[in-house]
Amino acid sequence: MTENLIGGSFPRIDGVEKVTGSATYAADMKLPGMLYARLLTSPHAHATIRGINTEKAKALYGVKAVLTGADLPYRVGLYMVDKPILADGKARYFGEPVAAVAATSEEIAEEAVKLIEVDYEPLEPVLDAKKALEADAPLVHPDLDSYECIRGVFCPKGGTNIANHFRLKKGDAEEAFTRCDKIIENEFYVPQVQHVPMETHTSIAHWRPKGNIEIWTSAQSPFAVRHLLSVALGMSQSMIRVVVPYLGGAFGGKAGIHLEPLVALLSKAAGYRPVRIVATREQEFMTLPCRQGLHARLKTGVNAEGRILSQEIEYIWDAGAYADYGVNIGRASGYSGAGPYEIDNVKMDSLTVYTTKPFGTAYRGFGHVELFWAVESQMDMVAQELKMDPVEFRMKNLLKPGATTITGEEITEYTGSVRKCLEEVAKEIKWGETCGETCGDGGARGRGETAPADAPSDVPSDGRHGSRSEGKVRAKGIAVLHKAPAMPPNTASSAIMKFNEDATVDLLVSGIDYGQGTATSLSQIAAHELKMPFERIHFIWNKDTDFSPYDWQTVASRFTVMGGLSIIKAAEDATRQIKDVAAEALNVKPDALEVKDGVVFVKEDPLLALDYTDVVMGYKFDNGNSIGGPVIGRGSYIAEGLTNLDPETGQGLPALNWTYGAHAVEIEVDTRTGDIEILKLVSAFDVGKVINEDLCRGQVIGGCVQGIGSAIHEQYIYDKAGRLLNPSLTDYKIPTVKDIPHEIMPIFVETPHDKGPFGARGVAEHPMISVPPAIANAIFNGTGVRIKELPLSPERVFLALNPGRSKP
Amino acid sequence: MHLINLTVNAEEVRIEVDDRWTLLYLLREVLALTGTKQGCGKGECGACTVLLAGRPVDSCLVLAREVDGCDIRTIEGEAAGGELSALQQAFIDEGAIQCGFCTPGMIMSARALLMRNPHPTQEEVEEAICGNLCRCTGYIPIVAAILSAARKESS
Repeated sequence: MTENLIGGSFPRIDGVEKVTGSATYAADMKLPGMLYARLLTSPHAHATIRGINTEKAKALYGVKAVLTGADLPYRVGLYMVDKPILADGKARYFGEPVAAVAATSEEIAEEAVKLIEVDYEPLEPVLDAKKALEADAPLVHPDLDSYECIRGVFCPKGGTNIANHFRLKKGDAEEAFTRCDKIIENEFYVPQVQHVPMETHTSIAHWRPKGNIEIWTSAQSPFAVRHLLSVALGMSQSMIRVVVPYLGGAFGGKAGIHLEPLVALLSKAAGYRPVRIVATREQEFMTLPCRQGLHARLKTGVNAEGRILSQEIEYIWDAGAYADYGVNIGRASGYSGAGPYEIDNVKMDSLTVYTTKPFGTAYRGFGHVELFWAVESQMDMVAQELKMDPVEFRMKNLLKPGATTITGEEITEYTGSVRKCLEEVAKEIKWGETCGETCGDGGARGRGETAPADAPSDVPSDGRHGSRSEGKVRAKGIAVLHKAPAMPPNTASSAIMKFNEDATVDLLVSGIDYGQGTATSLSQIAAHELKMPFERIHFIWNKDTDFSPYDWQTVASRFTVMGGLSIIKAAEDATRQIKDVAAEALNVKPDALEVKDGVVFVKEDPLLALDYTDVVMGYKFDNGNSIGGPVIGRGSYIAEGLTNLDPETGQGLPALNWTYGAHAVEIEVDTRTGDIEILKLVSAFDVGKVINEDLCRGQVIGGCVQGIGSAIHEQYIYDKAGRLLNPSLTDYKIPTVKDIPHEIMPIFVETPHDKGPFGARGVAEHPMISVPPAIANAIFNGTGVRIKELPLSPERVFLALNPGRSKP
Repeated sequence: MHLINLTVNAEEVRIEVDDRWTLLYLLREVLALTGTKQGCGKGECGACTVLLAGRPVDSCLVLAREVDGCDIRTIEGEAAGGELSALQQAFIDEGAIQCGFCTPGMIMSARALLMRNPHPTQEEVEEAICGNLCRCTGYIPIVAAILSAARKESS
């Protein structure tokens, strides 16, 4: 099948393995002599570790190794090298690993963990990122100044809890505020949440007597694991092999490096026996990283016509105990932190702040779910203040070709169109028309002109917001979004196409397909570029740093673009080799040849042709003389033209491409319970070009539902001592099949990107972004009540609607 | 240790089990049937769902010694004679799979439903899988796959 290779719907190539249970994940693997590891975690949010007695644990039959922080003088980290492998004399969060055991069975390892005695001296916990900025706040990392990071790109402040201070300055915000007709200032909050991949973090490591290490792990990025481990241990990368088998969900939580160094060192300590660790679900919540919390303050100045003249933004990121990845979330959400709007005067401070809580890492959206909660709630509040329709207000301010972003990047006709996305969802949700059946006038409120002129946003006012007595109010809300891949400016990808004797092709890349469907869409691109049937592309599933070509990380919705571009180059390289050999064999010039369906032929005389099987291992003339040799196509791509941002002004070119989107929802709020039912969710994204429509739809539907989790269900809850109270799927609810919208409608806008493969852009993270504010805007439109903290749980919504009712 | 007899995917199994083993441990670690996944070990996620006498159970909550004399069916028994069942094919066709980790448990819950109710409504499908968590797909394609398989299997 060579038709519709780009844009059609090919079923995912990993389907059969996954529906039969034969797909092998890391926890399904066993090695001869393998040991099982268990962790002892800190019961304190912040404590000095005065001593650890491991004697009893070591004496237990079957225990082969016990390690504590004192044994491991290493730090690891992607952007900020601040993370010990086990707590190093100080526990910085409840759940932090303090000691680890490897034993011949999980039961023995668990038993041994209980025998370890730790002498803690509790310290004052730091549980609020804003309070962590106060002068007398306890320091989470007194040695911050000594940690490695790229200074200039990141700006840590020693002697404080600030791991990074990103600054951006465009125009003169202060002066511009003096020219504004209205200034609207609000604060917003997003709590920490969890990725909740169904597969918990799992790693197997085997430190070999020769001194090399082999690792099988549930990681998004085998080369990043290898690189960070080599840096931490001071070993050559060539001594480390990282293999990634099937991966059971990741969402950013398995990017960077996690349990791999610990199991590697346990393996060494256990006399070079392989060691496996499978995080318990409880540890997945409290020991492995989560998503950062965010305190946001936005001050927006507008003129009477509804143009935004000035914006002052403060993002305070609750990084938790470590910010190895988090500092870059503060940076990436800084340079895109005003949303897809054209604003001439912006002042932004994005602070990544240490607290003594589980630490944040990349999570689908990389800060943008959080910041857009603030930006898109604020935009509706500004529109409300101007008595202007929220769609109309946005249309006056959204980026368009010729505009510049807040970092000074010029928007072109290839950048993508957030306006089209907003138009599409507004049309589909019938913006401006009243909701069906039992609807209040939420739809009309959405239009703005019937909005009460001076209704304070927290008090239901004029009785035109749907009838409270009936208990249910229907309303609509909208929100827009954007995001670019957040990555270093020299991020690279590569691809290898290795022909087999039967003219099938082994396709090797190191992007991981953890469900998003990259393997299938990249195979489509490979088949299209080689002009070969899809069935002849053999995508090599397992990624192995010993055999697979380099890739930075599978993150940031970047792989269809960067992996795709590498594959296009590899196909060109392979095709050129095939034509060179065929040209000599057929005694024509290479450019006289064409290829199709595994045949190379003379354009002018298609009967003069060679089957690939006669070419791809070399061509043999009748007399036995041979030419060519095995065909191996090679392609690579590096992001070009990106720059580091100016540390004072944030100006520069940080982004390979921007993907824009918009959501529109219609909801029903039960004012008696605070329950929100989502009747319809329409989501449009400017993907440039759809490569595989079914897979694209899958990303949108799944991402939207994850966004609903952040919007309504999910949050970390702590007690006053900083102990996480809900580290289980019973107490931390993710959406079930009963929590999803009645209808989700994905819409794809295709404004081709000039650099993307076939014009494509990434769309893996984006569906999750701005779902929460779209719902909150609908709640306001229906009830007149504005909620500025997530999640929009029944409890919070009920209490907001019934201000007289205090929390029991 | 305790000697038990059971049937797993129509094969007879006679084995000594430790009193502490769960059915999930027996299947995965002893019988090497790793298609059944462990997502939480506490009966919260449904990834370890298998059929016990035709009923869906969280195998992490069942002790191995309790299944003496029982008939167990796992994801490895779903493709009879190596042919994908209509249910498995529908999961592929409807895009009901992403990372695949919840898929075996999801298919077993769906299988249990279709065995007792070959013509389920959408609400009945949702009820049948509401104990199976999926973080990737948003469930909509999964519900569609089960309804599609029901139509195919009963036609």
